[in-house]
Amino acid sequence: MSLDKIIASLHPLERKVLPVLKETDDFEIIAEKSGLQKVEVMRALQWLQNKKLIVVNQKLNEQISLDENGLNYKEKGVPEKKFLEAIKRKTSLEDLRKKSGLSNEELNICLGMLKRKNAIDIHKEKGIFVSITSAGKELVKKSFPEEIFLKKSFPINVSELQIEDKEVFEDLKKRKKILRINIVKIIKADLTEQGKKIASKRVSGKDILDQLTSKSLKSREWKNKKLRSYDVEINVPNISGGKRHFVSQATQYIKKIWLDMGFKEMTGNYVQTSFWDLDALFVPQDHPARDEQDTFFIKDPSHGSLPKKFAEKIKDAHENGANTGSKGWQYKWSSEEAKKNLLRTHTTVLSAKTIASLKKEDLPAKFFSVGKVFRNETLSWKHLFEFIQVEGIVIDPDANFKNLKGYLKEFFAKMGFSDVRIRPAHFPYTEPSAEVDVWHPTKKQWVELGGSGIFRPELVKPLLGIEVPVLAWGLGMERTIMEYYNITDARDVYKNDIKQLRETKLWMK
Amino acid sequence: MPTITINRKVFEKYVGKKLPDEKLKDRISMLGTDLEDVNEDEITVEVFPNRPDMLSVQGFSRAFSSFIGEKTGLSQYKVIPSKEKMIVDSSVKDVRPYTVCAIVRGLKFDDEKIKEVIEIQEKLHVTYGRNRKKVAIGVYPCEKIKFPIKFMSQNPKDIVFRPLEASKEMNALEILEKHSAGKDYGHLLEGKKNFPVFRDANNEVLSMPPIINSHKTGKVNEETKDVFIECSGFDFKVLENCLNIIIAALYEMGGKVYSMELEYGTKRYTTPNMNPEEMELDIGYINKLLGLDLKENDAKKLLEKMGYGHNKGKALIPSYRADILHQSDLAEDIAIAYGYEHFQEEIPKVATIAEEDKFEIFKNKIADLLVGLKFLEASTYNLTNETTQCKKMNTKVPLVYLSNSISSDYDVLRAWVTPNVIEILSNNRHHEYPQKIFAIGRVFKKEKNEDTGIKEDERISVAIAAEKTNYTEIRQVLDYLFRSIDVKYDIKETEHGSFIEGRAARVSVTKKNIAYIGEINPLVLENWELEVPIAAFEINLTELYKIIKK
Repeated sequence: MSLDKIIASLHPLERKVLPVLKETDDFEIIAEKSGLQKVEVMRALQWLQNKKLIVVNQKLNEQISLDENGLNYKEKGVPEKKFLEAIKRKTSLEDLRKKSGLSNEELNICLGMLKRKNAIDIHKEKGIFVSITSAGKELVKKSFPEEIFLKKSFPINVSELQIEDKEVFEDLKKRKKILRINIVKIIKADLTEQGKKIASKRVSGKDILDQLTSKSLKSREWKNKKLRSYDVEINVPNISGGKRHFVSQATQYIKKIWLDMGFKEMTGNYVQTSFWDLDALFVPQDHPARDEQDTFFIKDPSHGSLPKKFAEKIKDAHENGANTGSKGWQYKWSSEEAKKNLLRTHTTVLSAKTIASLKKEDLPAKFFSVGKVFRNETLSWKHLFEFIQVEGIVIDPDANFKNLKGYLKEFFAKMGFSDVRIRPAHFPYTEPSAEVDVWHPTKKQWVELGGSGIFRPELVKPLLGIEVPVLAWGLGMERTIMEYYNITDARDVYKNDIKQLRETKLWMK
Repeated sequence: MPTITINRKVFEKYVGKKLPDEKLKDRISMLGTDLEDVNEDEITVEVFPNRPDMLSVQGFSRAFSSFIGEKTGLSQYKVIPSKEKMIVDSSVKDVRPYTVCAIVRGLKFDDEKIKEVIEIQEKLHVTYGRNRKKVAIGVYPCEKIKFPIKFMSQNPKDIVFRPLEASKEMNALEILEKHSAGKDYGHLLEGKKNFPVFRDANNEVLSMPPIINSHKTGKVNEETKDVFIECSGFDFKVLENCLNIIIAALYEMGGKVYSMELEYGTKRYTTPNMNPEEMELDIGYINKLLGLDLKENDAKKLLEKMGYGHNKGKALIPSYRADILHQSDLAEDIAIAYGYEHFQEEIPKVATIAEEDKFEIFKNKIADLLVGLKFLEASTYNLTNETTQCKKMNTKVPLVYLSNSISSDYDVLRAWVTPNVIEILSNNRHHEYPQKIFAIGRVFKKEKNEDTGIKEDERISVAIAAEKTNYTEIRQVLDYLFRSIDVKYDIKETEHGSFIEGRAARVSVTKKNIAYIGEINPLVLENWELEVPIAAFEINLTELYKIIKK
């Protein structure tokens, strides 16, 4: 980039900092001389470095400042001086304490230190007595090196200490609350060759317009000046906006697939009677799927009511197949069992209710739902007690098993799975029944995503009045959603971590 | 669902063919059993509840062998008539009204075979027998019992014998109290004055169904060659099916099957009845359902691959199958034999009009408005607990409880959504503020007019947590929403434990209360360890939408 171009791109902050850099490399001084705030200088230095006009060096420095006692001794003198001054010939420690006003702790320190410096002699008679030596007398006359050190102007960098000061520093450092050592970041900014060239030019930027403002537009000031160039490649701080939850996004997408294929949406209650959730679907009352352990039942009201229009028909279908040509399950059906309230175990309950609401003239018809279903599980990385099921039915006098495969293939193609297979399975309400697998392109294996089949006549005829093939499927979606978002713990799907919600990508299938 | 693990060599012997692993895995899946594991020695599969006949190595191999075309068609089971009798006393009518039986002779029992028989019995108990409630199965060594056998009910104190796995004789009540099988299954005899019992001609107890056999007369060992088998329960047909499943397996194990005469008062029956049941084969129906164009002969071949016979337009259903109720069941088996993988995917050209639920559209619009105001949507559970809904919110709301939740953290259906939202904010204390979130969710309350006695509404809870948030800020959001949907509302100061006194209000539209708004009570914030103020509102969207539609 040419020098002129670089100069044109300088930000006002950079313009203020650059001339100062000719005089100093010290961050503190740059801030002082440029008259900018430290954050502003930091930003300017960062930008200048990005433009390769300076090299910023940061290092950590140990910085010395005075602590409580240090400040005190600086003003009133060090205790060892007071100690020496208080000695008259052989003086007892007790007398010294009274005269000098030092604490016991300070006295002890002074004893040790002054002995080491040969400034005193210690006599142990009845108690401790101290006398001053000639070296000690010399000391009193001179200034103590500790006092000289404390009178320096702080803060001082450890690295800048003179050799003779080092020893004193090490001594004082060991003593209580005299010095305080802080680790400080030292920032230096040195001009590069390019930087030196530019700094030597006029960079005041009087002919440069920094911001286009309504004022500069009205005054047409921009006509005579050059608008500053930006570094358009630089990173900018993150922002975050409002967002739908990713499960909602996925749900919307799945709904749209079915809408595109001409399906109508079904919705309904989470609390249902066993009648609609199970009996109407020809699930015998002693079927293992009705085991209490898998299903949430309601404490109060524990029972609901049965629909008059259908109760008898369903009873007959179970007991003897009614008029469907079936033998039925051959047992005594209990209406009490059917009245039990539960949390829907599948959205197939919506399909049953929908079929019950249709008339012959409404056919052919296609319905879908995407909704919550419930299973009495302990929450774990693998299991949720509430999860989303995708349900679909096609009620069409001409529908057949090949069409079932066709609809599933089309749906999964739109979900991004190229290959779908079905294999034999068992559900009490479909015949034929089929498990739905999709080919997982990265795992390179078949992954089970749901169940499907053609509703049994024992289900359809009592509800609809006529026997019509009803293609049906119920698919689990959490797994696909988890995979898309790299979630391995199922609980994280509904964790609502705000950072995660702010940062997650959109559902982009 | 039940799984069985079978010896691969035994399996291959019964099947009559060895298949490489990959082929084996594929065929097992496509037969309609969920493959769990295949290794050199063993095969583990999950058997669906409609096929209890596959719960033995014999049954599974039989189905597999015909499916791959080795031994197709109806298996023949020769039943030799015997004069041995079972006399069913009318006293069993109220406790366990039916039993069906058979004798199998010439089984050379060894450890392996004993294990197999016990395994079949146990798997059938758990699945088809519904933990012995529907069917209980007993197997006894013929050499230790004397025919005829009697099935009767007696006062439990008069039923005294040494049960299996016990060291001494006990009476029936002691068995229920002390024996492990008695503890496990005793509930099946709860409230019965008399208990069912099988006794032989010497009046020795054989067993007390559905609890336990006698040690003396009901224990098969390596010396046993001939066995007497009975199934007892409440439905004659079900018992026959179950017996047939066992008999078919024992027959294939090498046993000779003898029938028995059953005396039910004046009525006489002979079991086992291994004759196939006939069902008219409606080829037109099946072709239409499957989208195929099979001829009678094609259908015959496919049925034979599933172990059926075929005779003059009729399907002959093997006597061990209990799940063929209707043509559609035949259709499924034909489809399996045809191969699910061979059905071509087709989408018919059927014109139907798509329609998204109107209320769903409405909810999405509200959500989009909030997203425009930089709110994040949360997705929450409907299940929660009383502490979250009431105590920590410093209020009391009527809740709907679940009767059997295995987790006490999730044992009620929520009555309002704001506690979910506050909980989320509490969990996110370490993240940057301001935090603006909303959640749409179902709420539940008792209401007599509903089918289930429970009314469900959808609500939205909207909250701002920030150093400087307040009533005005959240009220602006509420105003914006109502202006955007062109609905006028009234607002009135109210008292609510979750909100600060003098900073809480009730919102109504056409005189119907539909929302709360306010600043959250610092008591509540403390309960949730929150250290920023929160302002929130909650609208009943179901009610609001009803009003708009009018």
